[in-house]
Amino acid sequence: MATMNMVHAINLALKEEMQRDKNVVILGEDVGRDGGVFRVTEGLLDMFGEERIMDTPLAESGIVGVAIGMAAYGLKPVAEVQFMGFIYPAVDQIFNHAARIRSRSRGRYSVPIVIRTPYGVGIKSPEHHSESSEAHFCHMPGIKVVVPSSPYNAKGLLISAIRDPDPVIFLESTRLYRMIKEEVPEGEYTVPLGKARIVQEGGQVTVIAWGSMLQKTMKAVEGVDAEVIDLMTLNPFDEETVYASVKKTGRVVIVHEAPKTGGFGAEISASIAEDAMLYLKGPIKRVTGYDAVLPLPKLEDYYMPTVERILKGIDEVMQY
Amino acid sequence: MPETTIESCNVKRLEILSETGDADESMMPPLSDSQIRELYETLVRMRTFDHRALNLQREGRIGTYASILGQEASQLGTVYALEKTDWVFPSFRENGALIGRGYEMYMILQYWGGDERGIKIPEGLNIFPISIPVGTHILHAVGAAIAAKYKGDKAATLAYFGDGGTSEGDFHEGMNFAGVFKAPVVFICQNNQWAISVPRAKQTAAKTIAQKAFAYGFEGVQVDGNDIFAVYKATKAAVDKARGGGGPTLIECHTYRMSDHTTADDASRYRTKDEVEAWKSKDPILRLKLYMEKKGLWNEEYGKQVETDATAMVDEAVKKAEAVERPKPADMLTYTYKELTPRQVKQMRDF
Repeated sequence: MATMNMVHAINLALKEEMQRDKNVVILGEDVGRDGGVFRVTEGLLDMFGEERIMDTPLAESGIVGVAIGMAAYGLKPVAEVQFMGFIYPAVDQIFNHAARIRSRSRGRYSVPIVIRTPYGVGIKSPEHHSESSEAHFCHMPGIKVVVPSSPYNAKGLLISAIRDPDPVIFLESTRLYRMIKEEVPEGEYTVPLGKARIVQEGGQVTVIAWGSMLQKTMKAVEGVDAEVIDLMTLNPFDEETVYASVKKTGRVVIVHEAPKTGGFGAEISASIAEDAMLYLKGPIKRVTGYDAVLPLPKLEDYYMPTVERILKGIDEVMQY
Repeated sequence: MPETTIESCNVKRLEILSETGDADESMMPPLSDSQIRELYETLVRMRTFDHRALNLQREGRIGTYASILGQEASQLGTVYALEKTDWVFPSFRENGALIGRGYEMYMILQYWGGDERGIKIPEGLNIFPISIPVGTHILHAVGAAIAAKYKGDKAATLAYFGDGGTSEGDFHEGMNFAGVFKAPVVFICQNNQWAISVPRAKQTAAKTIAQKAFAYGFEGVQVDGNDIFAVYKATKAAVDKARGGGGPTLIECHTYRMSDHTTADDASRYRTKDEVEAWKSKDPILRLKLYMEKKGLWNEEYGKQVETDATAMVDEAVKKAEAVERPKPADMLTYTYKELTPRQVKQMRDF
């Protein structure tokens, strides 16, 4: 089994799905000759040609809107939006069409697209290149939101996302792209959407994280009797796994990179309050980015939750 | 060094049938007498439907409705040029195009009556659901066209939008993608001169909408949108070109919205009676009738029969639409995803 980073694991998922199904096509800015600005689609143009690896004009709404039309016609497009901070022109297409065409047509048409986009702090880049705006997308019924935290899961989740009959936003942490390597099998395997994974079992506190925050969370819980849940799919999120853990530990810390107000942590927190409140020993703690416009690189380390802040959050809930 | 002209474009306008019903026979598309009768009968049916829909709205029997009055030829002339394998991507003012494409009138009323099942397009009818956000579905037509080309299908897609729609960014992005990918798509601009209260002159400083195509590397043409022969001829040429690998075309149907924007609008607030009156003599059905009369294809008896038949068909459609049972409340959840989410399963218990 080969050891690889997340860039290679995602590339492998794309390659294998394109070999398996000729309806899978890729479109986006710089995805062809350049292999994508993070090289995620490297080598695919030579392998599959311009008809299937489409360098498009520089227009996010156009990329997603055209992908919707392709999907309605029977293709399985994987669209790349170069950075999450540039996805907003495409939000009209995502919310008003991708999310609604199945419903609008009472099931006659569907939009099985995947929109891959790099997200989060981590590459010392200019403004708009470090956003984590997953919560906006989780609020829209009709789309799914997936965030892998490791190469193995990235490959398995992406294969599931491509095969999923509904639109999926697939968020790839730029910080994780080349940070970790692990064994990733060649060939087909899937990690199901809508299922969380328990990364570490524990009895005293449940720590919920996803994507870029999982590594830091794992460092923070060293020596703590914590159960760590990697949510992986944010919408629909795996309520069952979360509640089962909360019932066991009675304490909850939720970690995310996005700002606190209206972040997806709020949804998890409210859900636990609704369905598992009586099992709680104390208040739920959210360790998140600040309610600030994301700073340029000089301050980004202060913005992002650190191992220390996560540990402080755990200490706080352990007081109860 | 002297400046040189490196590119220029000629914007053409196609007119075949005059307001007095005289056709330039050298320009006439090959249509048989029975096809011309079919066109006339369909136009009358569209207008009868439209008139009835407005009344149904006033009686509170359907919701807000967007009239097609005056645009019937622009709508029928375009869909009439299609093959069964071609695709239609309508905006919200294409009820005529839908009828012309063979869509059940009762379902159109069902939809505007507030029931999504009215745009559950039957299998085998290549129409995309009505799109309300202006101009956004242009991209879907382009994407479907690229997909058709990729799959090797001999199919063209038709995207409908208005003069207002050409101001949207997605119009630009759609035209641009279509040109770059040489997609088999035909853009049909229903230039009806008004986007609610804003006149065509405030949408663009360009003299025509047709000329915008040249900036994207393909051909644009303006047609007299109230001349069904011109609309049909231009569309037929464009879809044939698209299917043959010749790429996209923009057709500007120069027409007029005779009615309010929708039943929720009052056009007398922003345009003069004189302007509307001036367009009455350009009416698309009137001019086809005059043509047919001269050709011996129309007489009083035939005209009455066509109207009686259209009324009967619309009566039947209204009856059928109103006999449809209300949708089930659970349906609002059923079609969100292919499978219900665990949370939706719980929410279903409310119904």
